[in-house]
Formats: sequence, structure tokens, C-alpha cells
Amino acid sequence: MSGEAMNLTLRVWRQDDAEDAGRFETYNAPDISPDMSFLEMLDVVNEGIIADGGEPIAFDSDCREGICGTCSMVINGVAHGGQQGTTACQLHMRHFRDGDTITIEPWRATAFPVHRDLIVDRTSFERIQQAGGFISVRTGSVPDANATPVPKEDSDLAMDAAQCIGCGACVAACKNASAMLFVAAKVSHLSLMPQGQPERERRALAMVQQMDEEGFGNCTVTGSCEAVCPKEISLDFIARMNREYGRAILKSGCN
Amino acid sequence: MSLAHNIFNTSLGRKYLMALTGAGLFGFVVMHMLGNLTIFAGPAAINEYAANLHSLGPLLWVARLGLLAMVAIHIWAAVKLSAENKRARQVRYEGAVQPVDEDRKSEIVSRYASRTMIYSGLIIAAFAFYHLAHYTWKVPQINGVDADFEEFYVHEEDAGEEQVAFVTVLPEGKEGANGADVYRMVKTGFGVWWVSAFYVVAVGLLCVHLSHGLSAMFQSRGFKTKSTEKLINRFACTASWLLFIGYVSVPLGVLFGFVK
Repeated sequence: MSGEAMNLTLRVWRQDDAEDAGRFETYNAPDISPDMSFLEMLDVVNEGIIADGGEPIAFDSDCREGICGTCSMVINGVAHGGQQGTTACQLHMRHFRDGDTITIEPWRATAFPVHRDLIVDRTSFERIQQAGGFISVRTGSVPDANATPVPKEDSDLAMDAAQCIGCGACVAACKNASAMLFVAAKVSHLSLMPQGQPERERRALAMVQQMDEEGFGNCTVTGSCEAVCPKEISLDFIARMNREYGRAILKSGCN
Repeated sequence: MSLAHNIFNTSLGRKYLMALTGAGLFGFVVMHMLGNLTIFAGPAAINEYAANLHSLGPLLWVARLGLLAMVAIHIWAAVKLSAENKRARQVRYEGAVQPVDEDRKSEIVSRYASRTMIYSGLIIAAFAFYHLAHYTWKVPQINGVDADFEEFYVHEEDAGEEQVAFVTVLPEGKEGANGADVYRMVKTGFGVWWVSAFYVVAVGLLCVHLSHGLSAMFQSRGFKTKSTEKLINRFACTASWLLFIGYVSVPLGVLFGFVK
């Protein structure tokens, strides 16, 4: 089912290290199969660069099946490349046309400094998680966890939030580089579960506090995050986080 | 962490403040428009409405100070939030949005109103200041006509052409304390084309601002869900248009002679 091979032009952001100013460089990507994934296409281009004695384009990837959240690149101005509900590694070259010029950039956010080329430092997300994205009750092994009844509606909603893979596309797409969709998904996911109740208020306050400290922007409800999210996390969760936060400040204010 | 810290020093707390003060100011804007529309019921109606408002005395000052506090908090939070937003995203993307899926560009690119809230807001604030100087402080230098609105009073004895309405009976020797002739002031004020033009532009911006703000405030307070989103957006759009029509009808009515 392979289609005709394509010849593409890539404009790629190259940056030697965090201090380097960086620049765009143009590469030819000849003979690209439409069956390749976007990252496979980059692998092929990198082989060519290495053969020519150059430094390959550095980019993050791990599972390459759309569930780890490691791949992170803005393709033609859209985080993960503008196919709905798709990570860059699951974006296939059949969506591009022969002769296309593709611009590839790293996530752009003050809280995600560029390490090198297309790789950014996303440890700010880790610190937000460490601030409160956990539960402290022992849930035991699988049978014990299943012994706690959870209403179907709640578990469905919690699963929708838990889909978040922490890739950072929401931050990359947001004009304010706001991490609210990510934090909202994490806050909502645990607050919906019975196991998440003990730290419910503490979690909302601590995660929001950490998010602010990391230098992410604020939500202006433009909806860009929801549009690019590879897991299609809904903007509703930001409203839910706002509700959780309101609940938390009222409860903690009364203590 | 105290309640005040959680409200004033955090992103979500300030978004609450934006939403709450925004809702309060929206309430004011609606009442103000309804008050304005009394001009179409004739001179007596609007002058009486104005006189009644002014007769509230201390309550009027409570309302004014409340509004001032809301404006101050709204602007303070907006400036702080947008400075944080600017700092959070300092590099623009080079790539022009070319979505792979058709018709996706509109979803990925934020709406014009949502991108320009700070600018529309600051222009509206500047206009509001001019508007106060124009009709409340009645600074004669900025009204564009050879008249001082301070002298537009409802006169009981002056029964000539100039007189437009009686609303209160003059107490003995208290001519200065007499009700202002709002009707004549508005008619004279909006008779100047550029004053009306500025007004129409500012009200237009206000409604662009509200078309996003009225919907976003529900999100910031956590009331918005996918099922209520359509309704909320329709409310924001309808309310903005109604306000625009209501406000603009006054200067246009004056310019085109519907206000007799």
C-alpha cells in the first residue's frame, strides 16, 4: 500500500546547547515514503547528515507509539503537527505532499528551556507533579485496588484526565505558554478518585503554586491547548481545576 | 498559606478576581445602558432618571467606590497576568499554521477577541476616563462644542426654546442645586461627530471584549462544561450584540435626529 516517494524540504531549528542563540537550517529530505512516521523521516534525514559528516538533528523520542509523551516538536506552527489527537511519532508522512517545506521547531516556553535542537527541558512538569500529583494511601495490588468501588461516571471522567501523557503540547500551543491543561488533568484525575481524597485540597493548592513558580503563563481560555492535545484532554478540566482550587482556598481559609 | 495569598498571589486566584470584577462591571454596563435608553422616552424620563440616581446620596458614593475598586482590581490583575503571559512565552513560532487536518486552523489559532483582551481593555479604560471627564466632570475643553455642560440645568422659569424638561420643583434660592439637564447635555455632546465616533469605536471594543470575557468568566470560576459551553457562548455573543446596539443607538439617534 506504499504510495509514491516524496521529496521534502525541512527547515529545522538547530541549537548547540542552552546558551547558543540557535538558527534555522534547511535540509533536503529526498525519497521519503508516505508510510514513514514523522520521526522515521527525521531518522532518515539524520542518516544522511551523519553520512555527510554533520551533527544529526537532536530530538526526543521514546515509545514511538503515542503513549509516552516524549516526542515534542512544533511542525508547521502546530504542536505535534496538526493532526487531531496525534503525537509527532504517530503522524505519518502520507499527510504531507511532495515538494512541501516543513518547519520544525522545539516547544517554545520560558519554563521549557531548549537543551539542544528540538529537545527542551521539561523537568518543570516533574516538579509540578512532585508538588502534589500523587496519592499517599496504600492501594495494594490489583485485586485490592479493585475492591474500592468507584462510580462509573467518575472513573470514566478520571480516565479521560489520566490520558494526559505530560508531553507539554498544551504549553507549546498556548500563546501564554500556560500549563493549565496539564495541571488541570492531573488535579482532576486524582480528585475524582476515592484514593485521591485525603490530599485533595493540598494537591490543588500545591500544584497551582508550583505551576506559578515555574513561570508558566495563565489561561486566557483561547482553547489552543485542547485543539493540539494528542490525548484530546478537554478544556472542561481547566474549569474543574478552577472549581477544585476555589474549593481548596475556601476550605483552607476556614482552617 | 492564607486566603488572601491564595487569591491575590496565585494565577488562579487572580483569574477569579478577573471573573468576579468582570461580572460586576458587566452588571454596571447593563444598568448604564438601560438608563441611557430612557432618552428615547423623552427629556423628562432621562432627567428624572438622573435626578433619582443623584438623590441616592451616600448610596451613590458606595456604588461609585465599589465600581472604582472593581475597575482597579480588574486592571491590576489583567496587567499582572498579561505581564506573566508575556514572560512565559518570549519566542514566537516561525512556522505558519498549516494543519494537516482540514478546517483545523480556526481551532488552533485563538480567536481575535481572546488574543486582544488587554488592548481592548486598556482602550476601554482610556475611553471611560474621557467619558467621565466629558459627562460627569463636565470639562468644557474636551466636549468639542462652545458650551459648558455645567450650565445645563433644568430651569423652571426659563420657558423658552432652550427648556426641555421639568423634573423637580426648584426650592427657594437653590438654583445651583437643581437637577442637571442630562437630555440637553447628551444631545449637545453627541452632536459632535468625532465624540460620537470615538464612543461608537469604544463601545464596539467593549463588546468585542465582552464577547470573550462573558464566556471566559464562567470558565475561570469553573462553571463551564462541554454541555453548557454552547449556551454560555451564545449568551456572551447575544449580550455583546444587545449592548452594542443599545449603546450605539443613543449617539446615532442624536446624529440622525431620532432624539428630538
